[in-house]
Amino acid sequence: MKMLEVNDLNVWFGMGRDRVDAVLGATFNVEKAESFGLVGESGSGKSTILRALTGLAPHWSGSLSVDGHPIGKKRPKSFFKTVQMVFQDPYASLHPRHSVDQVLGETLQLHGFSDIDNRVVKLLDDVGLGQKFRFRYPHQLSGGQRQRVAIARALAPEPELLLLDEPTSALDVSVQAEILNLLADLREDRGLTYLMVSHDLSVVSHMCDRLAVMKDGALVEVLDVDALRHMKASHPYSQQLLNASI
Amino acid sequence: MAEAQSLRAWLLAETPTSRHHAKMSAIYHGWLSFRSNTMAMIGLGILVLLVLIAAAAPVIAPHDPFVQDLGNRLAPLWSDGHVFGTDSLGRDILSRLIYGARITLYIVALVALIAPIVGLLVGTVSGYVGGWTDTVLMRITDIFLAFPRLVLALAFVAALGAGIENAVLAISLTAWPPYARIARAETLTIRSSDYISAIQLQGAGALRIITKHIWPLCISSLIVRVTLDMAGIILAAAGLGFLGLGAQPPSPEWGAMISEGRRFILDYWWIATVPGLAIFTVSLAFNLLGDGLRDVLDPKAGE
Amino acid sequence: MMEPLLDVENLWVKFPSRHGVFDAVRGVSFTLGRERLGIVGESGSGKSMTGRAILRLIRSPGIVEADHIRLEGVDLLKKTEKEMRAVRGQRISMVMQDPKFSLNPVLTIGDQIMESYRLHNSVTKKAAYKKSIEMLVAVSIRDPDRVMRAYPHEMSGGMGQRIMIAMMLIPNPEILIADEPTSALDVSVQRQVLDIMDKLVKERGMGLIFISHDLNLVADFCDRVLIMYAGRVVEVCDADKLHEAKHPYTRGLLNSLPRLDAPRDRLDVLERDPEWSRASSVSGRI
Repeated sequence: MKMLEVNDLNVWFGMGRDRVDAVLGATFNVEKAESFGLVGESGSGKSTILRALTGLAPHWSGSLSVDGHPIGKKRPKSFFKTVQMVFQDPYASLHPRHSVDQVLGETLQLHGFSDIDNRVVKLLDDVGLGQKFRFRYPHQLSGGQRQRVAIARALAPEPELLLLDEPTSALDVSVQAEILNLLADLREDRGLTYLMVSHDLSVVSHMCDRLAVMKDGALVEVLDVDALRHMKASHPYSQQLLNASI
Repeated sequence: MAEAQSLRAWLLAETPTSRHHAKMSAIYHGWLSFRSNTMAMIGLGILVLLVLIAAAAPVIAPHDPFVQDLGNRLAPLWSDGHVFGTDSLGRDILSRLIYGARITLYIVALVALIAPIVGLLVGTVSGYVGGWTDTVLMRITDIFLAFPRLVLALAFVAALGAGIENAVLAISLTAWPPYARIARAETLTIRSSDYISAIQLQGAGALRIITKHIWPLCISSLIVRVTLDMAGIILAAAGLGFLGLGAQPPSPEWGAMISEGRRFILDYWWIATVPGLAIFTVSLAFNLLGDGLRDVLDPKAGE
Repeated sequence: MMEPLLDVENLWVKFPSRHGVFDAVRGVSFTLGRERLGIVGESGSGKSMTGRAILRLIRSPGIVEADHIRLEGVDLLKKTEKEMRAVRGQRISMVMQDPKFSLNPVLTIGDQIMESYRLHNSVTKKAAYKKSIEMLVAVSIRDPDRVMRAYPHEMSGGMGQRIMIAMMLIPNPEILIADEPTSALDVSVQRQVLDIMDKLVKERGMGLIFISHDLNLVADFCDRVLIMYAGRVVEVCDADKLHEAKHPYTRGLLNSLPRLDAPRDRLDVLERDPEWSRASSVSGRI
């Protein structure tokens, strides 16, 4: 069974005359435990697909299903136990007045876990942050540390599908390597499925098995990473992106 | 000394070891930041003094503020036993000033509790929920904003009788709309942040998001706004007192004292001026405090 | 030996704070000729501070100290603020990262470019308009008259950045400092903007300081590269020899990048050696 099926997805903002179509007729599937990339430039609609999946984009049509369950207008609580998201900007994804402990504790509480303390400790260990970060506030953490907290928060409900919205583009090169390694390790350990959005082809080629190229809201091509590595893209736009990345 | 040293070290620790520790540490850092602002400390000092004076009024006031001494009316400054002289009924001005501090603090505390809290509630709900709720709440806010303060006070007095509580009510009812506006504007900005999206993705409902995520961020700007508005509130209460709509005689409210001294302003100027200076000092103190608090609490200025 | 355009010797930028003095830039020295010099580093390396220090854009409580910062022989540190205003824009210009934040949103583009020009040259509005159009054409803007009337928010990122370049080069400076000029742009647009910058710098015989976190981009675009870490220059090399770099930090940076053509299971994680920040700065003098 496929982890994620997207069929003829359209996402738009505004109504009537002011309507802006962000995603047009996107169709693709993601297998269980696969890592799938969505590549494109800004305005291509790649991040919008993630938002539509999580219910953060109000107007969409088409069909979406996660782990065989179709998704309707409202997302049931169980959805958030299966699907979680890591946001792009580590400086904006943590509440400035909540400590790391509060962030993780609240998430666990919302999902109905009871042994919160133990789980917080374990989550921090799993993402490579020690206990000494537990009671710090975001402004006392570096970008990489904040992103680790964001990953811990996403892992707290024990999801199966992780949506990653440019998880390392706001980070330094050396920190990016650490976070990408962490994500790869976590995926292997827990058999997670990743849907990763990025504008950086080399990051996608490192992290993903297959990828889709998007331009102006439309899915232009779906490739295997191997094809990407051998610079064998079929669509001219994909080839253009490849050439610009080298 | 060693005790104080280790407490300080505990508060400044890089790595807090518990929730309590982290909170205390954050507060201490805020305090250190505030303490470095001399003007703000002066403001704080004046207000602390005001509170102490009001609390200790029965002990430090040299005379009973209500006792009249018609044989010693309109005594000048520094006259025998009356540092600030006496008013038109021979009552000691200094004692009335000291007892009047209680009334001023009472007004300030009531308004500071009612107006910002109502404003916070209305503004955050309006900003977060949006749609019709937003429109309706904002139009209600506009209606209250349109009321001129004194006219509303007059209406209250006519309906409910004069008195300090009614004056406070009138001031609060006209003071809350700006707080609602600020809270709403902040909520609109915060609402689109990633950390709000993140908690929505954990299945959090509107109530939790508004109270635990949005309020902590709005509260600082409201606190700052309240302290800066204090000056205006005190003056509004004084104005109402001056018009006879607030505190009633023989109550030693500072505004009422100015009103009583108005007739004598040319020959016995201290009767109106001394309470006027008191109002000025307290308003200034609140302004300085508000400035200092804003530097500490405003995340943009701080980080 | 021709006098270099810019000669910076032992530059320090310090920020006193409640917790002591923080040194953002520590003893950086380099010269700039009519070449493209890249300054590469991660966040906190001091690269942006170096650029701002040269233009004396660092406000108190920041302190800038150096043996000298000589622009064609004249020490900039000895100039008054008034004299510096004649230097900024006129002799040294700076292009910053995001045109959304560096262009004034309430003025038309035409107004901003003309203002930039008329600050340093007393000319009529008509002459300034003509010059602005010339500059917009030089940065490959296809419909310059329309752009002159438009507002910054109507421009795409790439166009905004080209407009910034036009605005910064119109007074004909000798040195351009570009602080992450393409980091906010899409990959396909980056190349275009860089080509324009390259062409203009070469045509006018300017010196270019290119500050970026992107090692490969800088290696591609510049002649010489300074690699900064913790406020110090840890290595200096010619751009085409970057992949033969010797310093462990540089090597570490190069190795931690995922490569499209060289797949690996795990990326090498940079092991930071405290020695790197303790060692003294390598001089970037030619």
